[in-house]
Amino acid sequence: MSNTITFTIDGVEVTGQPGQTIMEAADAAGIYIPRLCALEELSPHGSCRVCTVMVNGRPQAACTQPIADGMVVENDTEQILAIRRDIIDMLFVEGNHFCMFCEKSGNCELQALAYRFGIAAPRFPYLFPKRDIDATHPDIFIDRNRCILCGRCVRASRDIDGKNVFEFVGRGFEKRVAVNAEANLADTDAAATDEAVNVCPTGALLKKRVGYAVPVGQRKYDHKPIGSEIEKK
Amino acid sequence: MSETLESAIRDISQACGNDRSRMMDIVEAVQAKYGCVSGEAMDLIAKQVSTHRVEVESVVSFYAFLSEQPKGKVVIRLCDDIIDEMKGSESVAEAFKQELGIDFGETTPDGVITLEKTPCIGMCDQAPAALINNEIITYLSSDLAREIVRKLKKNPDPKKLVGRLGDGNNASHLVHSMVHNNIRLAGEVIFSEMAPGAGLKNALALNPQEVIRDVKTARLRGRGGAGFPTGMKWDFTRQATGDKKYVLCNADEGEPGTFKDRVILTEKSDLMFEGMAIAGYAIGADTGIVYLRGEYAYLRPLLEDVLARRRNDNLLGNDVMGKKGFNFDIRIQMGAGAYICGEETALISSCEGLRGDPKNRPPFPAQKGYLGCPTVVNNVETFCKVARILEHGPGWFAKMGSEGSSGTKLLSISGDCAKPGVYEVPFGIKVREVLDLCDAEDTAAVQVGGPSGQMIGMNQFGDSICYEHLATGGSVMVFNSTRDVLTIARKFMEFFVEESCGFCTPCRVGNVLLKEKLDDIIEGKGKSGDLDYLESLGATIKAASRCGLGQTSPNPILTTIKNFRSVYEAKIAAGKVEEGFQPTFDIHAALQTAEGIAGRKSVHA
Ligand SMILES: Cc1cc2nc3c(=O)[nH]c(=O)nc-3n(C[C@H](O)[C@H](O)[C@H](O)COP(=O)(O)O)c2cc1C
Ligand code: SF4
Ligand code: FES
Ligand code: FES
Repeated sequence: MSNTITFTIDGVEVTGQPGQTIMEAADAAGIYIPRLCALEELSPHGSCRVCTVMVNGRPQAACTQPIADGMVVENDTEQILAIRRDIIDMLFVEGNHFCMFCEKSGNCELQALAYRFGIAAPRFPYLFPKRDIDATHPDIFIDRNRCILCGRCVRASRDIDGKNVFEFVGRGFEKRVAVNAEANLADTDAAATDEAVNVCPTGALLKKRVGYAVPVGQRKYDHKPIGSEIEKK
Repeated sequence: MSETLESAIRDISQACGNDRSRMMDIVEAVQAKYGCVSGEAMDLIAKQVSTHRVEVESVVSFYAFLSEQPKGKVVIRLCDDIIDEMKGSESVAEAFKQELGIDFGETTPDGVITLEKTPCIGMCDQAPAALINNEIITYLSSDLAREIVRKLKKNPDPKKLVGRLGDGNNASHLVHSMVHNNIRLAGEVIFSEMAPGAGLKNALALNPQEVIRDVKTARLRGRGGAGFPTGMKWDFTRQATGDKKYVLCNADEGEPGTFKDRVILTEKSDLMFEGMAIAGYAIGADTGIVYLRGEYAYLRPLLEDVLARRRNDNLLGNDVMGKKGFNFDIRIQMGAGAYICGEETALISSCEGLRGDPKNRPPFPAQKGYLGCPTVVNNVETFCKVARILEHGPGWFAKMGSEGSSGTKLLSISGDCAKPGVYEVPFGIKVREVLDLCDAEDTAAVQVGGPSGQMIGMNQFGDSICYEHLATGGSVMVFNSTRDVLTIARKFMEFFVEESCGFCTPCRVGNVLLKEKLDDIIEGKGKSGDLDYLESLGATIKAASRCGLGQTSPNPILTTIKNFRSVYEAKIAAGKVEEGFQPTFDIHAALQTAEGIAGRKSVHA
């Protein structure tokens, strides 16, 4: 058994270590694979499916699929881009996203992905769900209108903060993030210092009173597209 | 009250060893006792098994048969399947509503009776049917529905509703149900006489590798739908490292139109348990679990009885059949109303006391399954086949069926035919032959493999049923020329929207979008380009979904577009009011909420 694994992404040879996922190996090689539920510090979830790639001709999630010698991965093809565009569109129409009034604008990974994919408006009709807001906590608020069910907060609270403040309830289209209390975040032991509060890709879980500490125009994705931090490596 | 809830939950949890992985048993017991798992109960359970309240809520909110809100002492669940609809379930639904004075999803003001709809309960051959608590009522009519309500109002004991008993074991005191087996064609593999222990004895005379060799030589493939080679699966599990291994039997039978496992469970569970024990011996497991769908709870006493007898006869237990060191026992895990739990990794999640979310693969169950241990999951029928292969030899089995699909297959046939029921046929049989067997007339379409399979038209009735051509886990639904394939497809899409676990984006959102577009087309609001839209959206869902549910859920639409395109085109053409203008936006509907709030009609609309 050799210690490195060699495979290709869009024809480019990439090497990685046994046990690495396609996404991990691609990151190290400076190849960006779009993602929303994956985050380096968290265990892979495999739920958003934005990272879908073709592996030897079959679709797989790059964030969960381990690499193997000789694997042929397609990342930047018309077919894959169309799938990703559809998924990003789905996330937009599934919630109620009003980026222009959102304090996360410019730091939002969903918004940034839409820009990277050149999506001006989704091709699917909006579903306008009724979603709850929870502003009971003194320092944190939840706006489920913007939640994309990536499960980052669930994993961070459980695996990093050791608190299990968040968990999914309901199933299918009714699925949502609940808190570990009768109803309100204020009744949990959530704190503004929790990692769970930092990991939300959108504006669904935010700290209060710091929304505009960094002005619009100077935010993470205002000048460089999402993924460029990986590609510049 | 609160104190008794506390002590009841303590007792229930302790009976499950305060084991978090037995969460399903705990919440099911609480639900049965209190008609709900209230917030207070969730807190108490969480404390008892050392978990978090929200984890309990997460489980309870996932399953259709569990609820945080109190339900009636009696819950009437009317089967909401396309076949039931064809057999008149709508008038039955009306009768229930009128007689109870409530709508579906509601409970009578006295808190006694709750009325609900539920997806296929596996009684399509005796539809319309309903599940009333654990009792099954078949061949419903609106008169019978009214009578049921009147009886329940006098005495809210569903057991008293059971009318004339069914055939075979359905009539035994352990089952005591109206269900009929409707075994129309008894083949030699499943329905021939069996002597308990015959297959197992032969297996124990071989070593485990030889048992697997025989299963491979028989070319047995899984009967649950996916058709994976059984011997290969067992080999992987046998070779996987782990002190403890498990054998799981998939008795979730949730694919609409499938009911053959129900008949096996009623008449031939011995064969299934025997196959599980053989699997245990082959892979080195000492525990088997049957995951039984909640709808089949009425069969549990019978199954427990058969298990007890097998223990008594040393066909289970320690040193099974005198084989030193081979210990194997089986327990039953009840499901609670979730189609997705038939997917093998979701089934494992549910057995572990979690939401029925599928798991990421790899690792596959053969490496890391139930509680992280190497696990074999097979369908009810697959285990029966194994028992027979070991009894009569692989050659006997491989001689039956077709080249790539050896042996026989149980079909559950329902819909527009004179003889709905269970047929054991050799693989390779043509659709036309099946239609002849069940006396179907004027057939225009056949749904092979349930909603996740395909809808075929007449030009494919010459195709054969086998893994290579028309694959099916058993469901065959027959539709005559009076049926509308679009309405059928919509029914199936509603099913998938309802049953998606919601974990991954394409399945959770995409199916809703597919269904909405189909609704538009059916309502005459279709436009050119809609079929391309459905096809491209369907392709994304199939490609990007995480598990088999989303990977097949667009099939009702995609296969009807493929095989019945002209029906769609006619509908879209007929809906066009005039060239260049299609009413896709209904201003009156859009204004309704606002008008309701304002309390008056809009001036301009
Ligand atoms: C959504 C979904 C539902 C399923 N339901 C069932 C089921 O009810 N019964 C079953 O045996 N297999 C079902 N399967 C297939 C199982 O995942 C698995 O392939 C099967 O249990 C393996 O057993 P087999 O090889 O003996 O067929 C389902 C699969 C999916 C994706
Ligand atoms: S495809 Fe995705 S959302 Fe659908 S049931 Fe499977 S994991 Fe759940
Ligand atoms: S990043 Fe891989 S599924 Fe979300
Ligand atoms: S801009 Fe994306 S959630 Fe606000």
